[in-house]
Amino acid sequence: MLRPRIIPCLLVHNNGLVKTKQFKEPKYVGDPINAVKIFNEKEVDELIVIDIDASIRKKEPDYRLIENLAVECRMPFCYGGGIKTIEQAKRIFSLGVEKIAVSSAAVENPRFITEMADKVGNQSVVVVIDTKKKTINGTYELYTYNGTKANGIDPFSFVVEMQKAGVGEIVINSIDHDGMMDGFDLDLLFKIRHLVTVPLTVMGGAGKLDDLGAAIAQHGIIGVAAGSLFVFKGKFKAVLINYPTRKEKECFFFKNNFLKENSIDNLDRQ
Amino acid sequence: MITIVDYGLGNIRAFCNVYERLNIKTRTARIPSDLKNSEKIIIPGIGAFDYAMMRLNASGMKEELNEQVLNNKVPVMGICVGMQILAERSEEGVMPGLGWINGSVKKLIRKNDSMKTGQDNEDLVGLDEKISLPHMGWNDVVPVEVNSLFREMEMPRFYFLHSYYFAPNSRALIIAYTNYCGDFASAVREGNIFGVQFHPEKSHSYGVQLLKNFALL
Repeated sequence: MLRPRIIPCLLVHNNGLVKTKQFKEPKYVGDPINAVKIFNEKEVDELIVIDIDASIRKKEPDYRLIENLAVECRMPFCYGGGIKTIEQAKRIFSLGVEKIAVSSAAVENPRFITEMADKVGNQSVVVVIDTKKKTINGTYELYTYNGTKANGIDPFSFVVEMQKAGVGEIVINSIDHDGMMDGFDLDLLFKIRHLVTVPLTVMGGAGKLDDLGAAIAQHGIIGVAAGSLFVFKGKFKAVLINYPTRKEKECFFFKNNFLKENSIDNLDRQ
Repeated sequence: MITIVDYGLGNIRAFCNVYERLNIKTRTARIPSDLKNSEKIIIPGIGAFDYAMMRLNASGMKEELNEQVLNNKVPVMGICVGMQILAERSEEGVMPGLGWINGSVKKLIRKNDSMKTGQDNEDLVGLDEKISLPHMGWNDVVPVEVNSLFREMEMPRFYFLHSYYFAPNSRALIIAYTNYCGDFASAVREGNIFGVQFHPEKSHSYGVQLLKNFALL
């Protein structure tokens, strides 16, 4: 039985690991390589690392950092930040990255998604959609360049366009909930879910395991990504890399009705 | 000594790291002579079929691989698209595969998709119309019987990342099944030739055990 994926998402800024709040006020939390080593020990499902400087500063991806992270990383590794060309993508794959995440480049040139999928297979092409809720009418708007550029684009129609272009995974991220640890935007997730036929990952706002559980209870096999949840611990948000153990995961899947009907004991074995 | 084929695809370093932690020596093969006197060979892979075959052809190592694997019977294991290129051909592309195992590579299909196109696929048991593709994440691998690759593993699960699967002509060659869009072959074996659809190099302790088992065959 395919399981929901529980995914730490690390943000890199000036070569350090940071956490943001609504994409602002990056706060240094540690060294990215050390964080990856700890996540290795915790046997996390997969890892996302985003360089939040790269597209704004229009700089090349930091290949040395990517290579160092990839060498260390014992789980599937998705890297994003500033990737605009096939050459950059190919070079990053050659460093040992399983998936590449694109945001601004997908908005500016949807054909880039098709090109990448043709070259490397769609399973390795991820589009991250950063969204903000418009206070006026409660609709959502897509943002690029690390939440600084409004595009007037509706994320729901953009998702459909990306799937036609051949994307392999969609990550839907709420800028409003980023770093707030007040739960995912389940309304956004619910609205986008039925449009998505590729694997979907929700991000932004998870503050406790139950927040991940709520998304899984609603949507079953889904990716749930979090930054703050796996980097901070306790009321005073001390920096402590953490992640549920295998047993905690199984209990938590069961609690959220995921394993009940689909228990491994019921697997039809040949 | 495990020889890992570097033809520009897949995570070579990840394999080397796993074996290093197991104190098993590895070497990387980039040119044909690097393959000589191999004890065991791993063909990593990720990505599209045609691109993989193109890179393998361009590496110049195909003939020597044929020699080592088909004539010298060196144990070889293909990973992900490295497993798919063991086949004769793939629905994903136009290039011929290595043809080491008879069969072809097919696309994973949701049952309702196949109903729409009227396609009849006997491999398809198929169920949930909400199934996402590509197949992405940790899934159970069920060995057909106790076999050497899956020794010392309880309820193994591995990380999958693919949209296509290898359907060998002979089902007897399937040594493990995984359920997604129906049951498909997550591992195959014909003699000295093994293939696994998942990524043992990225599957934590299960992957480490499988790679160890392969090394100790």
